[in-house]
Amino acid sequence: MTPPERHTEQQDAEMSEQPLQQPRIIPRPAGEQPPAAQETVITPDTVTRPEALADGAPTRTVQLEGLRAFYGRAEQVKGLDLEFKANEVTAIIGPSGCGKSTMIRCINRMHEEVPGAHAEGRVLLDGVDVYGQSVDVVAVRRAIGMVFQKPNPFPTMSIFENVAAGMRLTGTRRRGGELRARVERALVDAGLWDEVADRLPEPGIGLSGGQQQRLCIARSLAVDPEVILMDEPCSALDPVATLKIEELIDELKQRVTIVIVTHNMQQAARVADRTAFMLDGRLVEVGPTQEIFTNPKDPRTEEYVTGKFG
Amino acid sequence: MSTAGAAPPPPGAHPLLAGSPGLRRRKLVNRTMESTATLAALIAVAVLAIVIASVLIKGVSAINLDFFIKSPAPFGQSGGGIANSIVGTALLVAMASVLAVPVGILVGIHTSEFARPSVASSIRFALDILNGVPTIVTGIFVFGLLVVGHVQSGYAGAFALAIIMLPIVARSAHEVLSLVPSSLREASLALGVRRWRTVLTIVVPTAASGLVTGALLAVARVAGETAPLLFTSSIASNLVSTNPSQAFASIPVSIFTLSEEASPAAHAQAWAAALLLIFLVVLLNVLARSVFGRSQARIGRTR
Amino acid sequence: MLGREPAPRRALTLRGRAGVADRLGDPGLRLLTWLASGASMVLIALLVYKVFDQAGESISHFGLGFVTANVWNPVTRRFGAGSFIYGTAVSSLIALLIAGPMAIAIALFLTELAPLRVRRPVATLVELLAAIPSVVLGLWGIIVMAPFLNNTLEPALRSLLGWMPLFAGSASPFGLLPAILILTIMTVPIVAAVTREVFQTVPTELKESALALGSTRWEMVRMVILPYAKSGIVGASILGLGRALGEAIAVTQVIGDETGIHASLFAPADTLASRVASTYQGATSTLEISSLAYLSAILLVFALIANAIARLIVRRSTLRMRAAGPRPGLAVTVAEAQA
Repeated sequence: MTPPERHTEQQDAEMSEQPLQQPRIIPRPAGEQPPAAQETVITPDTVTRPEALADGAPTRTVQLEGLRAFYGRAEQVKGLDLEFKANEVTAIIGPSGCGKSTMIRCINRMHEEVPGAHAEGRVLLDGVDVYGQSVDVVAVRRAIGMVFQKPNPFPTMSIFENVAAGMRLTGTRRRGGELRARVERALVDAGLWDEVADRLPEPGIGLSGGQQQRLCIARSLAVDPEVILMDEPCSALDPVATLKIEELIDELKQRVTIVIVTHNMQQAARVADRTAFMLDGRLVEVGPTQEIFTNPKDPRTEEYVTGKFG
Repeated sequence: MSTAGAAPPPPGAHPLLAGSPGLRRRKLVNRTMESTATLAALIAVAVLAIVIASVLIKGVSAINLDFFIKSPAPFGQSGGGIANSIVGTALLVAMASVLAVPVGILVGIHTSEFARPSVASSIRFALDILNGVPTIVTGIFVFGLLVVGHVQSGYAGAFALAIIMLPIVARSAHEVLSLVPSSLREASLALGVRRWRTVLTIVVPTAASGLVTGALLAVARVAGETAPLLFTSSIASNLVSTNPSQAFASIPVSIFTLSEEASPAAHAQAWAAALLLIFLVVLLNVLARSVFGRSQARIGRTR
Repeated sequence: MLGREPAPRRALTLRGRAGVADRLGDPGLRLLTWLASGASMVLIALLVYKVFDQAGESISHFGLGFVTANVWNPVTRRFGAGSFIYGTAVSSLIALLIAGPMAIAIALFLTELAPLRVRRPVATLVELLAAIPSVVLGLWGIIVMAPFLNNTLEPALRSLLGWMPLFAGSASPFGLLPAILILTIMTVPIVAAVTREVFQTVPTELKESALALGSTRWEMVRMVILPYAKSGIVGASILGLGRALGEAIAVTQVIGDETGIHASLFAPADTLASRVASTYQGATSTLEISSLAYLSAILLVFALIANAIARLIVRRSTLRMRAAGPRPGLAVTVAEAQA
């Protein structure tokens, strides 16, 4: 695999002029082989190597090609072509019912969990179609994580167990020490460690709303995904908790690609590198966030971001 | 630009495509459990099919007109039918319904409209307890109450059946009455209609289909009960009787006694009676469901 | 208005038209419904009292020793509940042991696995199994199942597992084994129906979170559904147990009606309920009738305890369901009506 090319210099210059977001791209040290090619037996587990992420190795990109999503006969997403660049935060905005939640649920193949729902088209994770014949949906979901709208830690599990839940699934027998270290790592990365370090055995649902959501983020991080999808992650939280999570998103994008659906345009402006505007199941416009909000190309985009509808 | 232009990685080098031993094992476990669950459901349906098929096949051959209109033949002779049992079951169930349905609905009205929540939940808990009494014990109770010192009677049998029906009717009445939107009650009271009129002319009619459903389900349950009748209304004459001060024959008890006899003729009649009984019970259940479906639509429209 | 007389003035009354009847209606209806509830409560108390009252002669004659005595002899007038308690316990518990996991599997099938179009029909069929009158199951047991057991299943079990005392002994068409099988058939639908309702209250987001982590469906069930539904499953099982305890008719048709405790499941036996049911025609003395009432009293106590425990547990998880929001569905399912 060739290292992903980053923005052109012009784009870089444009972006550096904006005060809001400064994406930090950490280039892979020259000469290092891409991790996967070194392994003789490729397993999902081999991607979970903390050291690979510690040096900020670039994460995967996602491409949607002609994505269509159906609930029975009703078509909710009507042919979408969209790209999510690596280590970037992309926000999806649009009025209720435009299909943004449906769309991201197609990326990690959660859409098909709804009885009667199916999707067509291609979703490429770094060039591989997640809907491909030989691709296992369980592996897809390990590589593409999801944070939901309502914080939902597993109610019968402790804080520790919640974070460890995903890791226990991949079944490789871990000695107690390694598991604990990775749980701690995930909680640190989710910005929750300081607050819960001394109460790991307590039930996960005993935390506040914002803490629960960060716990869910830690839970997703613990399995070392390449991409994290967020479906309105802050809509059930108070402003302080929301701010904490937005700061977290800014840090997390160094190790994962983030796609965030939000109905809050200020939020999109705060956290996202790029923004895509969807309307009625289709992509209307996508581009750098500042452009979308200050100089949109499509009149419908302009109407939406200036609040004329939605 | 992203890696869009790069060639896709060779197959087998990408984690998404790999079939690791760990993942394969997990998928095997998953498939095994899924198959087990499906198998369990299949077994249940198969057992049902076997039983129904047995009843159908063996019962159909003994069904003829005589079966319905004739009483059992004197001992040792063939022919005859279960007319006395059919009439008996009809009367027993009718009498039990006359007793249990109004009382049950009244209890339901009490717990959903009038009683304080703590009182209501005590009553409902007590009804749950009554529901859990084994039907043979109910039979012994009514035996001690009404039969000892007298004789078995249709009254005693009907009373035993009514005791079994009561909690079912009351519980279902409570639930459908609670489903009636309080906005309906408030609108009526705000018009100056008194509470009792509101309940009787607005709330109860709105819930009427649900009440009927509950009654039908209770009847379906009780039509097939044997145990409560053993001590209260089982030793009955072979002739069709409509006198409740004496024991009525009934279809379930007839099946019971016929099944214990050794003769194939008796067994054939038992199968036929079983077919009739199952048909009756299924019919009542289907009726109850269709009534309920209509009531749901009605309540939905008033919201 | 054109040429119309103004409407006659009516006296404004705040009382309504019917005066007395209207005023009496409220306390009248209240009283009537209160009486109905009161009568129901009295009924329950009367039932418990009367059963124990009838057992009085036997209780004073045999005392508590009755509970363990392993005898039922009308000739010598010695009666005891021992072997029937054993029969009740063994048949109900083993039936539950088989029916429980099966019912959970069926509930999982109906809520997670089955394609949408299959769910309602299969659920209806399982409920129909609960609606079959027990006497019909018993008839089927006598004529179809018993010979099969006698000729095929029991010899097979004996050759495979005969080293266990449970499966030793000669094959017989009637005994504990057919009773257990019939009780299993009757228990599965009830436990499955209640368990299914409990499973349906598991919040979808929890299930989705587990799947989104990369779990297989079974792992999701184990991680989320089963722990969440634990108490509901226990409640459903005890509910089923209560039903099995009290089943008299189908059991008495296939169990062989014999006193005595045997190790083998093949041997004829009797339960509390089936012993009472089988003697309905031939009780010879008041002591025997009283002893039957004593058996009923013991059975009543067992059934009430099981039912009360189950209801308390299920009600607690029902309160959690109510918090999750209103559900569509029959106010009283067929299975609940049977329970």
